[in-house]
Amino acid sequence: MADLAIHAGTASSLDATAWDRLKTNRNWLGFWFMLPAVAFLVLFLAYPLFLGVWLSLTDARIGRAGEFIGLENYEWLWGDSVFWLSVFNTLLYTGVASAIKFAVGLYLALLLNQNLPFKAILRAIVLIPFIVPTVLSAIAFWWIFDAQFSIISWSLRHLGLISSNIDFLGDAWNARWSVIFVNIWRGVPFVAITLLAGLQTVQPSLYEAATIDGASRWQMFRYITYPLLTPIIAVVMTFSVLFTFTDFQLIWVLTRGGPVNATQLMATLSYQRAILSGHLGEGAAISTAMVPFLLGAILISWFGLQRRKWQQGESND
Amino acid sequence: MTIVTRRTLIKSGTAMGAAGALTGPALLEWAKAWAQSAPWKPESGAQLSLLRWKYFVQSEDDAFVQIMDAFTKATGVKVAVSRESYEDVQPKASVAANTGAGQDLFWGLYSLPHLFPDKCLDVTDVADYLGKKYGGWVPSAVAYGKSGNRWIDIPVCYSGAMMNYRIDASDKAGFSKFPDTTDAFLEYTKAMKSNNTPGGFALGHASGDANSWVHWCLWANGGNVVDKDDKVIINSPETERALNYAKQLYANMIPGTASWNDASNNKAFLAGDIYWTNNGISIYIAAKKDPSKNEIAKDMNHAVWPIGPVGHPTELHLLYPILAMKYTKYPQACKALMNFMMEADQFNKWLEASQGYLTQTLNAYDKNPVWTADPKATIFGLAGKRTLTAGGLGSVGEKAASAISDFVVVDMFANFCTGREDAKGAIKIAERQLQRIYR
Repeated sequence: MADLAIHAGTASSLDATAWDRLKTNRNWLGFWFMLPAVAFLVLFLAYPLFLGVWLSLTDARIGRAGEFIGLENYEWLWGDSVFWLSVFNTLLYTGVASAIKFAVGLYLALLLNQNLPFKAILRAIVLIPFIVPTVLSAIAFWWIFDAQFSIISWSLRHLGLISSNIDFLGDAWNARWSVIFVNIWRGVPFVAITLLAGLQTVQPSLYEAATIDGASRWQMFRYITYPLLTPIIAVVMTFSVLFTFTDFQLIWVLTRGGPVNATQLMATLSYQRAILSGHLGEGAAISTAMVPFLLGAILISWFGLQRRKWQQGESND
Repeated sequence: MTIVTRRTLIKSGTAMGAAGALTGPALLEWAKAWAQSAPWKPESGAQLSLLRWKYFVQSEDDAFVQIMDAFTKATGVKVAVSRESYEDVQPKASVAANTGAGQDLFWGLYSLPHLFPDKCLDVTDVADYLGKKYGGWVPSAVAYGKSGNRWIDIPVCYSGAMMNYRIDASDKAGFSKFPDTTDAFLEYTKAMKSNNTPGGFALGHASGDANSWVHWCLWANGGNVVDKDDKVIINSPETERALNYAKQLYANMIPGTASWNDASNNKAFLAGDIYWTNNGISIYIAAKKDPSKNEIAKDMNHAVWPIGPVGHPTELHLLYPILAMKYTKYPQACKALMNFMMEADQFNKWLEASQGYLTQTLNAYDKNPVWTADPKATIFGLAGKRTLTAGGLGSVGEKAASAISDFVVVDMFANFCTGREDAKGAIKIAERQLQRIYR
């Protein structure tokens, strides 16, 4: 240890070692520098997570500490048809919305990567749905999907295509597709702009080389663009899936989980049970039940999509 | 129209004052005189904070602010008022009760104080004083106000939800008088639908509108969530009868009610898309205020809910109780404020300003001119006397509050009416949830 060696031989340094070492020893210094980050993570991430898990094992209610009841909340949820419906809805919502957001987002990113006139303005416009606060855009869609005042129904009726209003949010499947549509509308810009950033890191020389080799547009996409884009796809899709899986605001404004829980997601059900009806323990159990799904999604993204170790300069697995 | 003046009331031995008789300086003078003689003297240097539900009728809140100002001028006690959406008052009050920090007073919904009765300041003296002075409390208010033998809140007022209907369309359907039995009401909805003037009740998660109609329907047909010992008895032939009745009504409603929230029926009624629904007086007030909707205000009226096979009113109106926390440093100031806002000189004015949206819990205020000035508002004055309490036959408390907040009964009706479950299946799901809430 260099620092110890420098101080070796002086009697006073040996006497003061305990405190001096804490101040000067590299290992200890490393510990001190890490401490703020660790404290931050523990305080704001680990503690709430473990508190949530602990609450799910109690019968806590709002305003009252609960007693430990083991897995009772989970057992009850296991037999609760509304809970299983919310799991189904969440998976459907996340699966369909994420897949379409990826497809549309990638398509838009490829388009925006071309040399278009007004490129900067077009890119700014694409971002608009993402910039508008979720609650505001959800309220706008609430009117667009209104059973009586929907502009879509109104237009179709005046065009003579339908005879009565479409029940967008009152019919179970209509409501599911409607909320998925709004989620896609809102989420596409995030995917598109992030993938666009990724596209711009691809070196043009690779395309030039491929062109010389006589590669088709599809081959260039398949063998250059896509492989080089996979790390960013992994990141963007992880985030997209996480945001979609934990979505709350859209549903709450549009349907509050209705009709008859047809759009109830795990996040909204958790809020309803924990905060509105006061069963914190049960609500926490629903939230905790989301964790395995989220972990699964993260693992798929990172280990499935990010197999290529090109960042480290290694060959593919 | 009966106008009750302060003089006649003092003569008649009550202290009921004329609504609107005291404004501006007069109110201040009265407030000062009140402060001299009030049974509760605020602690010196007292300051209060109060969280209330966010108003629906602006003039009601204006009157409320005036009362708070008058209280401050009379007693020197400042009152900091904050407002939250009415569903959010409950979680905030619960957290405050648990942590012992937060506002001194909470003005919320239904049985809020019963979620933590031990944390509420005992206000038996205020309730007794007001009850004696103003002709007694309506029975449902006593149920909401008392926990055991002590009063844990002051049940300030109700917000009545009544039937709203269009007069002309009802006449055309052959109903010059709004039906007063559930059978006649079913016929009414059929006739209205066949005339292309349908109505609708919210079947989505509408805290106020959906809960009020499904509970009316359940109780009117003899069904109950729990018995008087809080045992779950939802699984009964009467509940099935209620479901079947509701499904017939649902068939006559405008499409889309399964997605309705509390605002949807107001919008649809004011747009002329529906011709009957359940609501507070807010649709009527909005129609009167908006010149383009005046025709609707003229052509609409209100009625009490039809009576079902059980043979008595089975309505559920919102109660707004105010509670003071035990942790407050100024319990006397809290009591003084509760007393002050319920005194005739404030309360009458406030009732008038709310134009029928709020209904009294003290019998003396039945005479407030707001109930006679406009005949279309009159029946809202009956809300306190006609309502059952949130738990039905059972206790008013945390469990009843939970069942309502979790939309258990609403979802049971929606499950069946929309065809997602058969009657037995819908009841089973509700029963399972209720058994957990009431365990």
